[in-house]
Parts: sequence; structure tokens; C-alpha cells
Amino acid sequence: MSASVSPIREPLVTGGKTYHDITEDICSPTERTPSAAWVLAFIVSVTGLAFYVFCVAWTVWNGIGTWNLNRTIGWGWDITNFVWWVGIGHAGTLISAILLLFRQKWRTGVNRAAEAMTIFAVICAGQFPLIHMGRLWLAFFIFPYPNTRGPLWVNFNSPLLWDVFAISTYFTVSLLFWYTGLVPDFATVRDRAKGIRRRVYNFLAFGWTGSAKHWQRWESLSLILAGLATPLVLSVHTIVSFDFATSVIPGWHTTIFPPYFVAGAIFSGFAMVQTLMLITRKVLNLQDYITLEHIESMNKVILATGTIVGVAYLTELFIAWYSGYIYEQFAFYNRVLGPYYWSYIGMMSCNVLSPQIFWWRKLRRSVLVTFVMSIFVNIGMWFERFVIIATTLARDYLPSSWSYYTPTWVEIGLFIGTIGLFFTCFLIFTRVAPVVAIAEIKSILKDAGDQYVGPEVARKKAESATATDTH
Amino acid sequence: MKTYNKEVLYGLYEDEQVMLKAIREAKAQHLEIWDVFCPFPVHGLDNALGLSESRLHISGFVYGAIGALLGFGFMTWVFTRDWPIIFGGKPYFSAPAFIPITFELTVLFASVGMVVTFYTICGMGPGVLNPTLDDRITDDKFCIAFDTTNTTGEEQDKLRSFLSGSGAAEVDSKNI
Repeated sequence: MSASVSPIREPLVTGGKTYHDITEDICSPTERTPSAAWVLAFIVSVTGLAFYVFCVAWTVWNGIGTWNLNRTIGWGWDITNFVWWVGIGHAGTLISAILLLFRQKWRTGVNRAAEAMTIFAVICAGQFPLIHMGRLWLAFFIFPYPNTRGPLWVNFNSPLLWDVFAISTYFTVSLLFWYTGLVPDFATVRDRAKGIRRRVYNFLAFGWTGSAKHWQRWESLSLILAGLATPLVLSVHTIVSFDFATSVIPGWHTTIFPPYFVAGAIFSGFAMVQTLMLITRKVLNLQDYITLEHIESMNKVILATGTIVGVAYLTELFIAWYSGYIYEQFAFYNRVLGPYYWSYIGMMSCNVLSPQIFWWRKLRRSVLVTFVMSIFVNIGMWFERFVIIATTLARDYLPSSWSYYTPTWVEIGLFIGTIGLFFTCFLIFTRVAPVVAIAEIKSILKDAGDQYVGPEVARKKAESATATDTH
Repeated sequence: MKTYNKEVLYGLYEDEQVMLKAIREAKAQHLEIWDVFCPFPVHGLDNALGLSESRLHISGFVYGAIGALLGFGFMTWVFTRDWPIIFGGKPYFSAPAFIPITFELTVLFASVGMVVTFYTICGMGPGVLNPTLDDRITDDKFCIAFDTTNTTGEEQDKLRSFLSGSGAAEVDSKNI
């Protein structure tokens, strides 16, 4: 079993854990009363959520006029936030699906929380296309349903409709994948619980017994869902990029958008995973399961995708110049040196330059540096979407319609509010569900536990071998 | 609580390798194992038990194919028969533009269908209570179980001695 793993590979589970220790360590946070830090964080998050509800009510009651969008700039913070949140969601699927197909064992430490992050991020993302319709109560118009107007169907040729299908499918599949992974772990929590908790987890665990045949089917299901989720996640951000790329706006109408958006999505998603996991592992004492090895692996992904994104930015600039098309050239001149130059600087410095520090192993393995960097990347990727959306729209074909845009308090409140929504969901998740996939950690223990593999073990083995030789 | 109406004799092992060895031994002695329960998917268990490969992926293919056909067929019907509209000078039947939604529906149908099938054939679902032999099976114990309904005391003694002889830390019996 352990033959496939190099003996000198860094262990992924430290602390010499037994199977029972794993259960104990990961289940106990759901069984204790919440710490003061958790309660404080929850109060702040719920306040954000309440403000979000207020801002939505304000928008719906008074109309989209409460935002600063104008005739020229029809998409502002709303769609910026939408793309930002969808992008963040992608890392969860990447970790749980693509890394499962690639047999990357380090994903087991972070996949559960990352998938939860995906689901909550997609919930946040889904808010914006709905709210920005203005008349929220007519949102069902986006679905093709038999109606008395003909029936008049939706436009199946429109990328905006593809988006409806992509996001809703993505949310559904992510939720099923995540929950199916959770069922055996809910059973573990159930079998430790008593009283009312037992009844709740009885319901959540779906009657899981751990039978050999069930495990076999569960593994088969996980693998195929991973196989389906992999092209799905690529398609989702591709389709999001089509929202722009199929338009005739210079700066949007580029074929580079799909791969560039997908790389950016993975980049921002991993940054958000780092932000969350660095806090979670500390607060819940999970340093033995989410080790520096995990953090370093994710930093490598951040470095790689950040550099891909950087290449995409430079390619855009080059192609704009090389195309000889003045509108395209102006769009990019305007991006770098126009009225929104500050957002371009923010994007370039946070997304392209700053991740380069991860070429140094020491910095990749520093918790503090990683945390600061993850915040940088989150900000930088928000700027990227803002650059693409607002700066492009602000300077269109007709100078007479040029305009500038700053958000109102409602738009800012909606953004901050979704952060509150996101963290409210995540904090509840850390209380009710095992944050690390218990069964999957147990299944890699003998391949990746520090009492079985790692440089220390290899050294000891070598020593005992020489000791026996001399006798 | 569901019930199987079975009397089950089971042994709890502390290590999956010991359990796998015991399963192979039981196979060699032609003892009929009712089921094996583990806290995580044990590598090589399917082979040791002689379980045939799951056919879940076939159902996934079928659901996916249904989703693809339904999606593509519906869009084609709407745009060529029910309400043809010209969008941007494209033909009514603009197949490439149907691909994204067809793909999404393929994935959606395959995933939802497979998950529902999985829970159905496993006899699981929201609020379902399947009887379990021991609470520690979802923690750190590996369990081999024999169905001892309608067996003689002699046969049970033989199974009992097999379990304790092959390394089971605890042997017990339960009606479930």
C-alpha cells in the first residue's frame, strides 16, 4: 500500500495519530461549546448579513437607481462581485475533484472545508445576478418555463442564459458531492453523540453503516462525480468569461478570456482557502492535519496560477498593440493609464508581482506571509474584475457618453454584506460538520502519517538497517 | 429504525490489515461472510471479499445521455418548431450555441441521477435509520459479521473461534 509513496516524502498527518485520535481531534470542535472567538466572529458576520438583507431590501424597495450605475456603465460592483465570488468557489472543486483524479493525497486535509467554501461562495455569487435585475420578484423569467406569452422561451443562444444553467448546475453538483462526502463523517459524529444531538445526526447521516459494498459504491460515486465536476468547473468560468467575450466591447471581445478566467478563478480560490484554513487550523487545533506541507502545496498553486494570470495580462497588452486595431489599443491604453489607473496598479501588484515571493521555500512555508499574501490576492482579484468591467465600460466608442463611476453605500453594503453571509455560513459549518474529511484522512494515515513515512522514519530505518548489518 | 431480522455474530478488529487477512482466511475455509463494516474505504477489501465492480457508473452514463438528449432536443424544438426567432443572423438551428447548456444538463442529470441511485440502492436517505452493530465501527474498529440466523450452536462456536483466532479483539452477537 505504501509502496507508491516515497519514504522521504513529507508526512501529511503529524503527531503520531491513531485512527481514534483522528476521530477525536476532528469531531470534538462540533461537540464543545463555541469559544469566545467563534462567538465574536459570528456576531460580526451576522451583523454583516443583517446589513446585507437591509441593502437588498433598500434596492428592491427603491429600485436600482439607488446604485450609481449610469447609461454608460451598466455593470459595476454587482457583476464585479459576482465574478469574484464565483472565482473563489472554483478552488474547492479543483481541490476535491481535479486533485482526486490526480491522486494528490494532500487534498484530503483541506478538501472538506474548500468544498464548503465553494458552496457558500456560489451562494454569495448567485445573489448578484438576481439583485441586479432590479425586479427581483420576476427572477423566474430567466428559466424556460411554459408561460401564457406564447409560450415565449428564453434565448438559448445567450451566454447570460448559459450562465444561469452553469451556475445552478455547479451549485447542485457541488452540494451533492460535498454532502456525499460528509455522510460517513456525519455517521462518525452520530455514533459519538447522545440525546438530541444523536437524533439530529441520525437524520443527517442518512443511515450510513460503513458496509463494504456501500464504501465501494461511495468511492465509485466520488470518482465519477469528480470526473464530472472537473469539466464542469472549467465550463462554469469559461461561460462566465463568455458573458464578456461574446460581446463587441473592445477589451472584452478576446479569445483569451476562458483560460485566463479559469486560471484567475483557481488563483483567487486558493487564496481564499488559505485565508480560511490558516484561521481554522489555528482556532480548531488542526495543525496536525493541515500542515505546512499543505500550505506550501497550495502556495505553489497560487504561484503557478498567479503567473499564468500575469502572462494573460501581458498577452492582452501585446495583442492589443499587435492587432493594429485602434479601439482595442485605446481600451488597453485606457486600462493602464486612464481614469481607473489605480485599479490596474492594484491588480498588477497584488496578482502578478506579489505572488512571486513564493519562489522562496521559506516564504511558502511561513504562515504569516501566506496569510498576508492570501489577503493581497483576494483584493487583487477583485480589482481584476473591476478593471475588466468598469474601466472598459467607462470609455466606450463615443466620447460623448464617457463617464466615471463610484459606488453608493448600497453597492458597498451589498458587497460587505455577502462577506457577512459567507462567513456566517462558514462559521456554522465549522460548528456542525467535521471540518476535515475524517474517513479520507484515516485512509491515507498509513501512507502519509508521520509515524509511517517521512525523512525521520527513513533515517531511523536506515540506522536500524546498519545496526543489524554490523551485528 | 429498520430491521433486518437477523442474528449476527461479529468480531471487531483493531487494524485493517489483520481484518483483511482474516477475510482471506475465512474465504479459504469457505465461511460465508454476511458483511464487513469499516470506518473508511479499505484498499483491497473489494478483492478480498470478491465483490463485483459497482455498476453505478453505467447508470451515470445513462442519466447523462438522457440529460444531453433532453437538453439538445428541447432547444432544437423551441428554436426550429415552436417559436423560431433569428438571433444575430444565425440559423434557427444554431447547434454550436446549444452546446454549453447541453453540457450543463448532461452533468446535472448524471450527477443527480447517480446520487439518487446511490442512496436508493444502499437503502439510505434523509432520516433513515439502519441498524448498526457497534458505535465504534465509524471510529476505529473493523468488523467482520456472520449471519447466524437459523444456525446450530456448533456452527456458531466454530465461527466464534474463527473470529477470536484470526485476531478479533472483541467477539459479540446481536439481533438486528
